Amino acid sequence: MDTFEPQIVAFCCKYCAYAAADLAGSMRLAYPPNVKIVQLPCTGRIDIFHLLKAIEDGADGVYVAGCLEGECHFLKGNFRARKKVEYVKKTLAELGIEPERVEMFNLSSAMGSRFAEIAQEMTGRIKELGPSPVPTETVI
Amino acid sequence: MIIGDRKSLAEILDMIKDYNNILISGCKGCVTVCNVGGLKEVQILAASLKIARKKEGRPITVEENLLERQCDPEYIAELNDVVDSYDAVISMACGVGPQFLSEAYPRQIFFPAINTKFFGGATAHGIWEERCAGCGTCVIHQYDGLCPISRCSKSLMNGPCGGSAGGMCEISKDVICIWDMIVKKKMEQGRLDDLLTVAPVKDWSTSRDGGPRTSIREELTQ
Amino acid sequence: MNENKSGSNLETVLRAGHFAFTGECGPPKGANVHHLKEKIAFLKGTVDAVNITDNQTAVVRMSSWAASAIAAQEGVEPNFQMVCRDRNRLAMMSDILGVYSLGARNMLCLSGDHQRFGNHPEAKNVYDIDSIQLIALAKKMRDEEKFLNGEAIDVAPRLFIGAACNPFADPFEFRVYRLAKKIHAGADFVQTQCIYNMEKFRKFMKMAVDMGLTEKCFILAGVTPLKSIGMAQYMAKQVPGMDVPFETIDRLKGVGKGKAAEEGIKIAIEQIEEFKEMKGVAGVHLMAIEWEHRVAEIGERAKMLPRPIV
Repeated sequence: MDTFEPQIVAFCCKYCAYAAADLAGSMRLAYPPNVKIVQLPCTGRIDIFHLLKAIEDGADGVYVAGCLEGECHFLKGNFRARKKVEYVKKTLAELGIEPERVEMFNLSSAMGSRFAEIAQEMTGRIKELGPSPVPTETVI
Repeated sequence: MIIGDRKSLAEILDMIKDYNNILISGCKGCVTVCNVGGLKEVQILAASLKIARKKEGRPITVEENLLERQCDPEYIAELNDVVDSYDAVISMACGVGPQFLSEAYPRQIFFPAINTKFFGGATAHGIWEERCAGCGTCVIHQYDGLCPISRCSKSLMNGPCGGSAGGMCEISKDVICIWDMIVKKKMEQGRLDDLLTVAPVKDWSTSRDGGPRTSIREELTQ
Repeated sequence: MNENKSGSNLETVLRAGHFAFTGECGPPKGANVHHLKEKIAFLKGTVDAVNITDNQTAVVRMSSWAASAIAAQEGVEPNFQMVCRDRNRLAMMSDILGVYSLGARNMLCLSGDHQRFGNHPEAKNVYDIDSIQLIALAKKMRDEEKFLNGEAIDVAPRLFIGAACNPFADPFEFRVYRLAKKIHAGADFVQTQCIYNMEKFRKFMKMAVDMGLTEKCFILAGVTPLKSIGMAQYMAKQVPGMDVPFETIDRLKGVGKGKAAEEGIKIAIEQIEEFKEMKGVAGVHLMAIEWEHRVAEIGERAKMLPRPIV
């Protein structure tokens, strides 16, 4: 669908992913406006429930972006986040929804271009998958 | 504590397929401690069911509730004013919960979301193992603190059997042979002679084999 | 040793001081009495008694007691087997009375492989009593003429009581104590798991002799001829409690294509020759699974035939 503009939520940790987003901004790098960023102190703060709620409320894609593995500011938060993302992928698969709609990424605060790249990658992926099979409007 | 696993989403969705307005009731007891039926898990199940039904084009209203415990009538009574306003209720407590709820509210339909499995404890974060089979005649001290009834696949009282290999049970490389542990412990403690007496046959009548059981504290009954 | 308790052929042969020779036969996966009788016929006159297995590896077959009754009718003495996996104490005592009434005189008390191995893994686990308690039960029924609860039996079953012995399971140091325990509970004879590691078995037998166990119990050494390299490797890796040394597998590999089975038989015969001379070994139990037609040949070449008539 050419007119389809995905709604994507990105949960970004303050120390790396969000900082990289800021850097992308300073570098005047363009990335799709489809991505709505939510800042967290650490991706370890993410709960399975947050990711499911985003899907339930109509997000076409959700991703969690944290520090590089081994470099998490709070040491293990990003490992914990990855496990939760895996759980959500499994749940979506059980419900007949493409698990690729949810993803985990790792990057450092210096990687402004990687941030933009991830945003483009996910937007492209979701455009290809199409809108989420979960409708945003209640069907009567 | 009582350990269980949540049923698959497919199974739960099938249970509530005819209903549009449900309550999920969790429990702050064992199922919270083993992370299968507490507050978080109620939220996760609610979101998952809503996603599934929205996708189907048959949205469902799901409310969430958490009871202190579902094995005491006083706490079950807390639902009194609201229980009739739902088409059905899912209980995320152990097998006791849905039964107590059904007894207290005979006109409502209750579904179990949990497959209750065993009495056990956490051996590592996120991992729970069976330790007790509820046989009703505990003699763990005779085996130096290791229970063969619950931890031996054949509940042998005079083990090990010939299938014990490398300290593991014949049924799986992931199951330790408790008799291997018992023998080694007795040998280390110089009490091997304990194992040379034939342990007499077990009285299973105190376990579930003897019929449903009751426990009464006479000093507390009114 | 002591007086003859059951009058069975096997017991009489052993007590007369002969080197015993027992075989094995698995009942059919159905009521194919014809096929069962065929297999039994191969063993007639070749062995002193035949083990009739009981839902071995938790795969459903004609019950041991029924097949044992048929064997007895055919003039072949059965070693009736009972596993603890499938029956509670009521059924066990009941079946013991039944099979004794139909002519069985030898009984093997076994734990039984867990049903997860078999073809009905969803079945309910029984294991009401374990193999050692079963030995004690059979002894109580025979010597005290009482049921487990102390009530008198109206004509008691007089069985020659046997058990299995695995010198190769873990922990090794404990295995001879476990044998002692079975004998203490009432085992008159034991058959070992099939032996390939002769070195380990010699160690085990020395311990058994030193503990005086061989004076109280007849030990029959288990032999299973290896039919192929594949079989040897399978047993080494997949069968719990089995010890197959590398040297044995190498020996089978060394003889070239198509000759492994013959070499396997040669190894078995060498083992039998050594067991005849080994102190404390009272006989050999040959488990030629689905190879019953070659038992006579092996018996002949190992000079175990003819069997003594007692």
